[in-house]
Amino acid sequence: MNRMKLSLGVAVSLATAALIWGGGAQAQQKKLTVGVVLPLSGTYADQGRHYEDGMKLYQKLHGNTAAGVPVEMVVRDDQGPGSGDLARRLTQELIVRNGADVILGYSFTPTAMSVATLLNEAKKPAILVNATGAAVLPRSEYFVRVSITAAQFAEPLARWALKNNIKTVYTLVADFAPGIEMEGAFKKVFEGGGGKIVGGARTPVSAMEYSPFLQRAIEAKPEAIFAFNPGGDVSVAFMKQAKERNLAKAGIKLIVSGDVVDESMLAAMGDAVDGVVSSLNYQPDLKNPANEKFLKGFHDMMGANAVPSARTVQGYDGMALIYQALEKTGGKTDADSLLAALKEAKVDSPRGPISIDPKTRDIVQNMYIRRGVQKDGKWVNATEETFENIKGTAN
Amino acid sequence: MAGIVSVIVDGIAYGMLLFLFSIGLSVTLGLMRFINLAHGAFAMFGGYVAVTLMNGYGVPFLLLLPVAFLATGLFGAVAEKLVIRHVYPMPELQQVLFSIGLAFAAGAVANIIFGPQQQPMLLPGWLSQRISVLGLDITGYRIFLIGAGLVAAAALIALFNYTLYGARVRAAVDSRRTAEGMGINVSLLFSLTFGLGAAFAGLGGALAVGFLGLDPTFPLKYLVIVLMVVAIGGPGSIAGSFAAAIFIGVIDALFKYFVPEIGGFVIYAVLVVMMVFFPKGLAGGRTA
Amino acid sequence: MSGVTSSIMRIGIGLPLFLVAVASYFLFPGQLGLIAHLFILAIFALSYDLLQGHAGVVSLGHAVFFGIGAYTTAILGKHGVSDPLVVLVLAFLVSGAVAGLLTRIVVVGNDLTRLLVTLGIGFLFFEAANKANWLTGGADGMPDFEVGRLLGLYSFDFMGKTAFWYTLAVLAVVYLFLLLVTSSPFGVALRGIRENVRRMHAIGAPVNRHLAVTYIMSGAIAGVAGALLAQTSRFASLDMLGFERSAEVMMMATLGGTGSIPGVVLGAATFGYLKDMLSVISPKYWHLGIGIVLMLSVFVLRSGIAGALAGLARRMERRT
Repeated sequence: MNRMKLSLGVAVSLATAALIWGGGAQAQQKKLTVGVVLPLSGTYADQGRHYEDGMKLYQKLHGNTAAGVPVEMVVRDDQGPGSGDLARRLTQELIVRNGADVILGYSFTPTAMSVATLLNEAKKPAILVNATGAAVLPRSEYFVRVSITAAQFAEPLARWALKNNIKTVYTLVADFAPGIEMEGAFKKVFEGGGGKIVGGARTPVSAMEYSPFLQRAIEAKPEAIFAFNPGGDVSVAFMKQAKERNLAKAGIKLIVSGDVVDESMLAAMGDAVDGVVSSLNYQPDLKNPANEKFLKGFHDMMGANAVPSARTVQGYDGMALIYQALEKTGGKTDADSLLAALKEAKVDSPRGPISIDPKTRDIVQNMYIRRGVQKDGKWVNATEETFENIKGTAN
Repeated sequence: MAGIVSVIVDGIAYGMLLFLFSIGLSVTLGLMRFINLAHGAFAMFGGYVAVTLMNGYGVPFLLLLPVAFLATGLFGAVAEKLVIRHVYPMPELQQVLFSIGLAFAAGAVANIIFGPQQQPMLLPGWLSQRISVLGLDITGYRIFLIGAGLVAAAALIALFNYTLYGARVRAAVDSRRTAEGMGINVSLLFSLTFGLGAAFAGLGGALAVGFLGLDPTFPLKYLVIVLMVVAIGGPGSIAGSFAAAIFIGVIDALFKYFVPEIGGFVIYAVLVVMMVFFPKGLAGGRTA
Repeated sequence: MSGVTSSIMRIGIGLPLFLVAVASYFLFPGQLGLIAHLFILAIFALSYDLLQGHAGVVSLGHAVFFGIGAYTTAILGKHGVSDPLVVLVLAFLVSGAVAGLLTRIVVVGNDLTRLLVTLGIGFLFFEAANKANWLTGGADGMPDFEVGRLLGLYSFDFMGKTAFWYTLAVLAVVYLFLLLVTSSPFGVALRGIRENVRRMHAIGAPVNRHLAVTYIMSGAIAGVAGALLAQTSRFASLDMLGFERSAEVMMMATLGGTGSIPGVVLGAATFGYLKDMLSVISPKYWHLGIGIVLMLSVFVLRSGIAGALAGLARRMERRT
């Protein structure tokens, strides 16, 4: 009988403790709650942190209110790709427990895909700060993408290659949806312009050993290798190993999607980035007033030696979109007004002028071709060419 | 032909790194019967020590290695004395629980101190060059890794088989009570050995930064492959770990080259096959 | 005292737990998704502990069955089979069948060998699922498949009410089933195998057959847990088969007190809840909190939560 008493006692204590933890009354004043879902722990914590930094920076520079309405962030960690069930639950909790009016986040395509049906039920808009897959936006009317797509990465690179008399290319992409999309987008434009893909391989998403793949690529004797991998330690390993193989000596140019050589990772890569051509939607050396304001604020917040990533700008712009939407709706925070305003957004971003295409809800932006060079003893990407107003999704 | 050989050489170099990482785990598992799933944290520690010294204080590369080795060894020995030795007598499941908790905590501390990003480690010019060996172009760094691995293996085998320390360790493993009865200070021995294993992991970590990168997820990322090396090699056997590490490195590289579609698959199949047919590992349960 | 009567007495501890679970529906209406998730973790942990705590077999690849249950659900859903209970039964059968195929490899060898073989098998399945992206969606997972109405009446709603009662019901059934199994002669034989395998062989007990049956049951129930997760979250992904999940279930069972059915339920619920709570407090650094809890637990809760509670109970009994 004592065991029963004990168990009851434990049960009641647990329940009480949980009640104290869980409860939480909602504040009643009017405000806009932004539910943020990002990978903040695990392998992709670095990426998640960049987006969050960008969001916080925007609030720091532009104040915490828009159209008189306070804007508050509630941040949850989705622990990276492959935990779509977690992201879905977090989104639901943000909406139900925290009263989120709009969701900002989703670094990975599968994560965004998993919440599509939930958003449709909850009828809340979500701004994708990354999630580059082509299949995401059609899943829900409530998605707006502020980041970039595979097509936007690949097309300018393919056009640049054609312009620079590169006739044969070997593709080396990571084996998941964004990689496969990039392979396809590049191929379409490159072969459409008369080029030839002489071969290709798909690398495991978290592979750290690229030398067998690189060896094969070299043996195919292409004029250039087009590569994509998901960033972070994987890309650093890839670039270092590509450097080891001395592609330049074999007369092979390396062209990569910009997130492989994102500015914030260059320090870890050293001279591996020498002469490597890439395409990206943001360049720290861009000269426009928004970028100057952004860079100054960024260095104040993170230190003079910190380097902004394109992801930081994507997070920054995501918040900018929210503020602009609030201004347009005159402070109304209901989903339909916000969504309508978001779909027509036009922002002067640090990356240049960006807008959302109302038909596809996807981003339209400039893409920059850059080359790795040494400047003042440091390795940086220097802008070479600008392709303007590239659409994220063709409509 | 040259292509295949260079791929194999790269695989051997990768294997050497795995060997350095796994010595400590093999030793603690075989000798002290302690399952330390946080072993990767020592490799990470060595890596961060090296990076801090190089980027913060401009210490030259060759000097980083012995410093990382000693610092991590010291850290390991202290950790053993203060905390780990209290976990030895616990049942295996508790040891697993504890060491995974330690791995999580270590990664989190690294995250707090250094941040989640990749650490830059720029190798000196003389190491990054391509060297021509027998008509092949190999990066100097890979040759350096192979050399380091061979030296470490030779030193350890000599240590455990031909020195008094080694004899004492083997005695303590065979029968702790008898060894203590003969006046061997077993707990000091264990501290030293644990520290030695940690030191090699730290050295491996410092060497790996230039090749595999470094971030706070390191301990958990390499846990599985290190477990595999120890299992296939046979816990407690240096020669076994060495053979297993090279084996895994080369097989992985070869299959990724020849049959990239099944690339990563193969080493796990190898693990299963080896465990079914050689349950005690290549060394068959003998130490060193 | 017959097996059934002693089972009913053992439910004693489970009853207050069940009542607390039911009460949580009314106390935390905004967190039903989290609670349902905890129920699913408890089912998974119970399935694993049948192996670890009752038969003494440690496996680092148990998530394979969890993942198979999830993918079976997703694949069936994509092909129009979406009645939740039908799918649940099918997931149970498929996972059990796969476990049946693997029993040979798992009943031999010593602890370390078995640990590594199960680890290797876990990874093999992971890589196979990764490669077979025409079937499984590969690294992208399967985010969109049909999940029908439960009993033809209740759809899986946004607030998670259906999911809550559904997962709680399955948990109760699994709990009772395991109570019955472990107090039956079969359960006693398992205990014998766990404590002294050689003796069991010597007295002529069909050790390998018992272990095989246990493995199949354990795999089938894990498949049920996986199917529940897929149904309640409309998502199946590789991590459901992955090493982290296998390691976690071992941690949950050990934390709760391996061998104790209510203990394991508490261990899973505590672990799952802690992860969530800590990640709300510090989305970036919660790993430190979990790490510290795990490390402290081996000192403070030497035999898991169940052991601590049993110790308390003993002390209370001594007082009266």
